[in-house]
Amino acid sequence: MLNLETAQSPHKLRRVAIEPVSRVEGHGKVTILLDEENRVHQVRLHIVEFRGFEVFIQGRPYWEVPVTVQRLCGICPVSHHIAAGKAMDLVAGYGPLTPTAEKLRRLLHYGQIVQSHALHFFHLASPDLLFGFDSEVSKRNVVGVAAAFPDLAKRGVMTRKWGQEVIRHIVGKRIHGTGVIPGGMNKSLSVAERDTLRGEVDEIVGWARESVALVTQLYETNADFYKRFGESRSNMMGLVDSTGALDFYHGGLRAQDADGGPIFDHVDYTTYQDVFEEETKPWSYMKFPHIKALGAENGSYRVGPLARVQVCDRLSTPLAEDERRKFVALGHGKPHHGALLYHWARMIEMLNAAEMARDLLNDSDILGTDLMADKGPRRGEGVGVIEAPRGTLFHHYRVGDDDLVSYCNLIVSTTNNNQAMNEAIRAVAARFLTGREVTEGLLNHIEVAIRAYDPCLSCATHALGQMPLEVDIVDADGALVSRGRKG
Amino acid sequence: MTTPGQDKVKVRLATTSLAGCFGCHMSFLDIDERLFELAELAEFDRSPLTDIKHCGPCDIALIEGGVCNTDNVHVVRELRANAKILVAVGACAINGGLPALRNKLDVNDILTQVYRDPRTGEPCVPNSPELPLPLDMVYPVNEIVRVDYSLPGCPPSGDAIWKFLTDLILGRMPRLEYSLLNYD
Repeated sequence: MLNLETAQSPHKLRRVAIEPVSRVEGHGKVTILLDEENRVHQVRLHIVEFRGFEVFIQGRPYWEVPVTVQRLCGICPVSHHIAAGKAMDLVAGYGPLTPTAEKLRRLLHYGQIVQSHALHFFHLASPDLLFGFDSEVSKRNVVGVAAAFPDLAKRGVMTRKWGQEVIRHIVGKRIHGTGVIPGGMNKSLSVAERDTLRGEVDEIVGWARESVALVTQLYETNADFYKRFGESRSNMMGLVDSTGALDFYHGGLRAQDADGGPIFDHVDYTTYQDVFEEETKPWSYMKFPHIKALGAENGSYRVGPLARVQVCDRLSTPLAEDERRKFVALGHGKPHHGALLYHWARMIEMLNAAEMARDLLNDSDILGTDLMADKGPRRGEGVGVIEAPRGTLFHHYRVGDDDLVSYCNLIVSTTNNNQAMNEAIRAVAARFLTGREVTEGLLNHIEVAIRAYDPCLSCATHALGQMPLEVDIVDADGALVSRGRKG
Repeated sequence: MTTPGQDKVKVRLATTSLAGCFGCHMSFLDIDERLFELAELAEFDRSPLTDIKHCGPCDIALIEGGVCNTDNVHVVRELRANAKILVAVGACAINGGLPALRNKLDVNDILTQVYRDPRTGEPCVPNSPELPLPLDMVYPVNEIVRVDYSLPGCPPSGDAIWKFLTDLILGRMPRLEYSLLNYD
């Protein structure tokens, strides 16, 4: 592990900031401290905003939570909708979902994975990979991609559109709809809606295959660079079903170490508080979680596509599983840790989600009208966990007898990747910045490593607060004259 | 502002997301393939969709999200100083939206509740000078700078954003029919 988190004597160093980090969701900045010879001494990714969902959700009725918490994130509102819904299924006292309700939730989720992964790759990250990390700033965006590679841009836009349409047909709106309710779903899918989506799904699967091929091709142009860029060894985690296949909607937690050895497997996610611990660092509003048993030093882990496709035994659909095997085989028995390989894993997952959506659209249960589970006694607590597009997402609530939320804890996907992203940018800074004059293009290398993780920094800023602002006025001898305090 | 075909000068469009969820930007992208049409009429200035980090003179600025910290204040002022037309997009920019639920709470209590050392239980609130100071409340954009238009919705739909933007760019009075107006 590179030790570039904190410089020994920061006051002698020059500060360079990337502010704001762009083509990511939310608010982040990077600060780098360099000495006179441009040697890197400190690199940090700061999350600079907080909003406070965990706190202001307290006192709200539990049934509105799956709708309100969507506002954590406009890219993957469905993730929070479903995770909170799963927690509230338990709180409201419901038993197992009906087959139709579970399949509708899965279809909704797979639609979201398609749209989110397409958005991330085509709209946000692809300009770096297609034009080069230090290409012209004015062209390094989705409009530039559309001008230079119109077919590719169109494919990306239309893939995302289909995912968004899946969401709209199930929850009524593309962003912040309502579909998941405690115990099931509030609306069935009509034959016409199903037929519309089914009519397009083969094309989407085809485009997803082409997207995997594109990333593979990009990798092959400079395999060694792709493998090593932003490489940082870490533990990895994801949800798997009882057979070891990746499951985005439900499963047990599996974690592996940097060499692929087991840390834990099939852990019941409702016990997550026994397994993980979150640390706070003074320079970021985003916490640093780690596996408790391994300690803060060695226990950090990464989540999301690169972790998921490597910790699982297989993917449940043939085309995606075939691609996954090819991807894993390149490691010759060792896990991949390079940041850019996230893109490849992400496109494999997009194919997997498209194939699973196709299977569901061909399943007659999807048109069922039995949407609500049987209800038992109300419970005081519920934990809901899913694999969101960006990684494992935890929602945990306690609800009083008055039906009002009394406790809320969220570990969002991006928070899990906090340490991994910091390590990745330190690796990039040490490799590319050292001893060179800092240019915009070089700084974009740092952002490329962050983007690869597809961070959702809005999600990650759920913790609320206000800095207590205190101003001391002292006289020339340092004695306190007056103290002003705000907040 | 120009009419297309008249000459090749494109409208310059800046966008930013403050204390929001990025959903309005996602809804902006929900114009889908019309994005390519828009690219014929307009070009981006500062936006999280580009790598232009600071705003230059531009025609239209779209602001998503409320104002929750000192950084947000600087960004809003930068956009107001540079844009001819400033638009508050979505519930958070217009009235604070869901993040403004924090306005009823004592933030000091909350900070110490959220940031605690897992072992000792002692408060450990992030306090680096690199972190912008939060404001006491989440403010609507129009309490910080003058707003020319407000586009309601959580988020406004892609169709609403498209209609509004094309009206504005083509020099028409922006008009949203009833079906495009949502106050959710």
